Parts: sequence; structure tokens; C-alpha cells
Amino acid sequence: MDRRTTIKWMLAASASMPLLGRRVTAVAPSSALPQTQGYGTDPDLTKIYNPGDLWPLLLTPAQRRTAAVLCDLIIPADSVSPSASSVGVVDFLAEWVSAPYPRQQTDRPIILDGLAWIDAEGTRRFGKDFAALNDTQQHSICDDIAFEQTVQPAFAQAARFFARYRDLTAGGYYSSPAGRKDLQYIGNVALESFEGPPLELLQKLGLSPDQMQRG
Amino acid sequence: MPFVTPATLDKTYDVIVVGSGAAGGQSAYTLSMEGAKVLMLEAGRKYIPETETPMFRTPEQGPLRGASTPDKRFGFYDATVDGGWEVPGEPYVQTTHEAAGRFDWWRARMLGGRTNHWGRISLRNGPYDFKARTRDGLGFDWPLSYGDLAPYYDKVELLVGIYGSNDGLENTPNSAPGCLLPPPKPIVSDLLIAQRARRVGVPVIAGHRAVLTRQLDFKTSPARLHPGNPTAQKIIATDMQRRAACIWATPCGRGCSIRANYQSTTVHLPPALASGNLDIVTDAMAHEITLGKHGLASGVSFIDKTTGKQCHAAARVVVLAASSCESVRILLNSKTARFPNGVANSSGKVGRYLMDTVGSSLEGQIPLLENLPPLNEDGASESHVYAPWWLYREQLAGKLGFARGYHIEFGGGRRMPDLGTLAGIEWLTGGSYGKKFKDDARRYYGTFVSFDGRGEMIANKDSYCEIDPQVQDKFGIPVLRFHWKWSEHETRQAAHMQQTFKEIIEAMGGRVKGEVQSDGAKAIRAGGSIIHEVGGAIMGKKAATSVTNHWGQTWDVKNVFLADGAVFPSNADKNPTLTIMALAWRAADHILDLLRRKDL
Repeated sequence: MDRRTTIKWMLAASASMPLLGRRVTAVAPSSALPQTQGYGTDPDLTKIYNPGDLWPLLLTPAQRRTAAVLCDLIIPADSVSPSASSVGVVDFLAEWVSAPYPRQQTDRPIILDGLAWIDAEGTRRFGKDFAALNDTQQHSICDDIAFEQTVQPAFAQAARFFARYRDLTAGGYYSSPAGRKDLQYIGNVALESFEGPPLELLQKLGLSPDQMQRG
Repeated sequence: MPFVTPATLDKTYDVIVVGSGAAGGQSAYTLSMEGAKVLMLEAGRKYIPETETPMFRTPEQGPLRGASTPDKRFGFYDATVDGGWEVPGEPYVQTTHEAAGRFDWWRARMLGGRTNHWGRISLRNGPYDFKARTRDGLGFDWPLSYGDLAPYYDKVELLVGIYGSNDGLENTPNSAPGCLLPPPKPIVSDLLIAQRARRVGVPVIAGHRAVLTRQLDFKTSPARLHPGNPTAQKIIATDMQRRAACIWATPCGRGCSIRANYQSTTVHLPPALASGNLDIVTDAMAHEITLGKHGLASGVSFIDKTTGKQCHAAARVVVLAASSCESVRILLNSKTARFPNGVANSSGKVGRYLMDTVGSSLEGQIPLLENLPPLNEDGASESHVYAPWWLYREQLAGKLGFARGYHIEFGGGRRMPDLGTLAGIEWLTGGSYGKKFKDDARRYYGTFVSFDGRGEMIANKDSYCEIDPQVQDKFGIPVLRFHWKWSEHETRQAAHMQQTFKEIIEAMGGRVKGEVQSDGAKAIRAGGSIIHEVGGAIMGKKAATSVTNHWGQTWDVKNVFLADGAVFPSNADKNPTLTIMALAWRAADHILDLLRRKDL
């Protein structure tokens, strides 16, 4: 995040919140993206690709650390499934913000500036980077930016970042094997026949298997 | 003799077919199976579904979890090669950047063209659809009736394999006995939609799609397809046995390596090649029809993309099947002393009356679908059911404010989760994150239903294409310039769709996502978005007002035929591909007749 943006966000935040820390820093690499090539209009569709295979992953270790903590605040481990960062979501986010396509290049400054902001906000409120805060402190920041519709005006931009970050985290997570398992998706397997929903379920829903209109 | 190069072409052919999609595939199939020597020219590369299809690939195995990019507009795993609304090095010109005046042109530069990725919805036009002007005074009638085309719909269904049911509803024709394969069982959301849509007057019946829900009838169909031709019967019987039935997994839009759905490359071309009568040149960018003696076409000029060289192929008949707009472009770029405005364009109608389909969508969340047990709802990938147009009487009585109908395609089910599946659900969750978000994701996954209206656009004089005087593509071929305008018949129809979808969602006890658009101009998708490009060289009864007769034979040059959607004088709400194939088969039968009679 460039200094001007940082200051703009900080000023907006301080208008409604007392400034807790004096240290106002935001050091991140430029959000501009070097020119790299996409995969073109005729890529090999049968090959398996990993993040980093097609273009370099442009996140610093510090950005990755903040990204991982934020991912896991959005999708933590529970009794059913693991956390987002443990199934490769940070690599996916790095792939996403480093990609040479317009949608991703639009997201890059939103994500990188957002990560810088949340670190700065941690420092402002509690004197530490976001990743170094305790659970309660992290939640107190996230709670302020989690819902765009009810957010205080001072956090509007941070809330837009959080919404996008949550979408990407959820997208990365639920499109992974762990996410599919969590949602109990059981398709993508060859079947001899397609039997449709079980009768007991339909009865419970008040439906009949022969619901179609006949002429 | 299958795949050849410009250097190994025969000296002459009976027929050159330009294009290898639904129209080109069907034309080449019918002609070569019945003994004509055929050359197919395809502008894209050779494509082999058996080895290139990403069957069973999951999102995390592809770049960006398979997201759409400018390189792959329908996502990484979509079958399209070198295609999309923009093709590098092959521009076209818009006359405005306003959404209302745009026509975006989807192309696929690959063997089989757009049939490799299409939605496979295969609906017959009904009797009204061929005589719409007679019914309401708008647009154009076709110079043929449903009865003329019905036997060819039967044949295409028998050959390609279409699932569906015969419901006997108005203007929604039944197929002849034995033509349709059984439809797949509806999924839960389909049944709920069917039950609740009926409460607001909307009928829901089995979808019709080009997917083999069981193996084709290789014992009895071959004789119905090729009566009196035991060689063709044997070839197609063998090939039908090589196509597997659907395995109820992996999206059709990726193509199908086991040949369980229709692609020209898996259905039309293998038997046509097996006949020994078809040569194919890929990477052959056709751009001009050449004329010879007696004002007849002598062949086609093309650029060999592998060498950049100008080449020519000769034949007794030329069939254009390059896609509506590309076929128009070839005609307009074929200028001679006799045809200064393009071959077969003495009427000035080439490029005129371009149409797409009216499209509008709405999504809803259905609490009744929450917390269902795990179900495999992949099925045949989509459209197990649909709603045909139902308000014929009200419309004819002038009660709707728009003249033509639409059908509804439904989406729903516990589909393989992707990037978008749980994106933007704050409107339901209030912005949850953490463990609450995981619970919300489990609760809302699989509870969304989507409604896509697909409606008829009436041909109008303001929607057309022409050759741009300046811009050329990378081969030096002049490109198309598009003009586009919707009439109120289309925009009001789009607003009506929105209202219908809202009523169905509410009848399901659901909540509409986002806004219900009452302004039709905002509800309607831009021209070309639905990728049902038809018209541009319409068939008709008179040479002065149309480009071809009812055989797709151009009035001006009797050995030039159009087999693709360019000849459609109207664009019923029914997706055009099945009708394109039926027309192409009928045209090919006529060409065979003329060739046998030495009339060409």
C-alpha cells in the first residue's frame, strides 16, 4: 500500500476511533504487477497446475503471514474440517493476486492494501502487527469490517477489502478437496445409473418423483 | 483419406463444406455417408476429444481454480480452443460501446467449433415458429413448415441422441416414436420448481439435451437413418456402439472423451471419416468463394495458417457452414464483376436480420433446500427439466405487450463447489466469518436456484453486419462491423422474465438474490451474449427479399448453399442447434439429389 492510501485509511479510521498507537507505518512492495503472460487461448487442459507454475507468486513472507492469519480467522479448523491456510489457500491467494489478468490485477491492490491496512490497524489499536495480536484483538478488528451493509463509514474501504478477501478465501477453500468434503459434495464420480433423490427425502419435502406436468 | 493438407488435396471434390460445427458436421456426415466426395475446411486446429478433454479434473488442479479469464471466458476447463468473444488477431468492429447497441461475437477456432462446449439443449421449433408472421404480422415466415422439417428432426435425434419426453404441449412438438432417449431423473430442486412453478401457471417438463442417457439403438436406427444404403448403415451401427452412455459425472461443457454427448467431433465426423469420402483440412481460413463458368461457384480460396500461403480447393458445390456471421463474411468478401456487393447478394440482404436470443437471469435462495443429506446431483450436468413457453393464448390476445415467447432453463443442486459457490453470501449471513461462516456455508450450499430466460428476438432492419471498410484481421481479410438494436418486444419480454422468476422463487418460499429488474432494457443481456447467432442470409420465397430458397440454396448461384443458422428468418425461443442440424441434413439430401441428377 502506498503511503498516501495508508494515510487516507488511517485518517478515516481515526475520525471515529481514538488512536491507540503512535506508530504509523506501512511498508509493502509495490502493488503494481510486472508484465507476465497468461496461459493463452489453447492451454493443456489435462495437465495438473500448481500455484507458481504459470507466473511467479508475488507475496512477501510478511504478507503471507498476515494473509494466513486472516484466512484462518475466516475459515478456522473445527471438528469437521481443517483451516484455510492448512489446505493451500494462501498459495491460491498468492496465485490470484499475481495473475496477469484484469480481474486479478484489479484485486491485487485491494488485497495488498487491505493486508497492509489490517497490520497498521493492529499497530494503531494494540501496538502490534495483526498476526501478533491475540484472538480477541484480531476479532475486534474483524468485527468492525465484517459486514459492508452496517459498517461505520470510517471502515467502508476496509470492509470492501474484507468482503473480497472472504470471497477469495471461501472460494479457495471450498474448491479444494477439504472444502468439498466439508460440504459433503459426493459427485464427480462415474455412476452406472442416475437414480435421482431417495423417495423418503422427497416425501419429507412433500414432493413426488413424478412432479412433471403431462400434456 | 481423412486429414489432408493443402498440398495433398484432390484435384476436385463433389462438395466443399466450410466449417466443422453443427452445420458443417451434419452436412459432411450426410453427404459423405451417401457417397459424395467431400472436403471440409476448418479455420481452427485439429481437436481430439478422446485425449484432450479434462474429464474429472477438479478446480484446484487448474490455474486460478478454473476461474474465467480473457483467455478462457467460460473458465479454464471449458472445451473452447482459441475462442471466445474476442479472438486474438481476428477483430471485429462495434459501432457503439453502449450495451444496448452491441453485438459480441463468440467464435471457436477448433475442429467441431462451438459444438465442443455448447449447452446441448436441443429443442424443436414448433409449427407456429415457422409461420410467426402469419400469426402476428411481425418478422418473417419461413418458406417451409414444421411438417417439412419434422422427418429431419427425427433423423437428427436418432443419430445424435437426445433425451426428453413427448408432452404434447402447444407448439412444443412430440418426436416420432423411438426418437428420444429417456430423460434423466429430476434432482430435488427440479421437483420443487416443478411443484411450485405450476402454482403460478408455469408448466415444467423434461428437458431435451444431446446426452446419451443410454446407448443409441444401433440395431434399428441405422435403417431409419440411411434407408437402402447398407454401407452407411453398417458404419453408423458400428460407430453407435463405440459411443458410451453418460456416466453422470464431469460437466458437458468440457466436452466428453467417452462420446456420451453431442459434439461434431465425436458424433458426425468419426462415421463421416470412416465412409472414406471425407477429407478434412484444419487451419484453413476460408475467405472467398470463387466463381467459374456459367456464373457457378468453382471452389473456395483459403489461407493455410500453417504456412500463411493462399490456397484454393475446387468442387461442384460449396456449402457454407462457418457460423452465421462467418458465412456472411465470406459471401460479402467474395466480390466479382457480377457481384460487386458480394456473391449471392443481388438482394442486398446478405448481413441483414442478424438475431440472437433474449436472455435474462435471476437467482434465489430456497430455505426448503437447506440441510439436505449429501446427494450426488451431478446428473447429466444441467437441464434435466425446463419450462416451455406457456402463454400463447394471452400473447395472441395482445395481453402481454410483447409478441413472442420464452422458455426457462433452471439451475440448482449440490454441484461441485467452485470459486463462486459461496461467494457474496453476506446478504444471508450478515457478514459472518469464523466457525459461524463454516456453518453458514454448510447451510446454504446447494440451496440456490437460478432461472435463465431464453426468448425469441424478432428480426429487425437495425440489427445487421457488413464489411468494415478499413479493418482487416491478421490474415489481411476484411472484418465484420456490427449494428444492433433490440425492439420493445425483446426488452418487455426480458422484464416479464424477471417478474416470472420472482414469482416462482417466492412460490418456492425463497428469497430473491439482488434486484428484480423491471426495466427491460436493463434486464436484457447484450446482443451476442447467449451465443445463438442466427440470420444474416435468410431463406425466403422470393429472390428479391431473401438470400436462399427453402433448401438453403442461394438464389443467385445455384451451387452455393448455406447450411448454418444464417438462413433462419426468425429465431424462436428454442435453442437453434437442433434446427440447424435438421436443416443441414435436409439441404444435403437435396444436394445429393441434384448431384445424382447431374443438375449441379
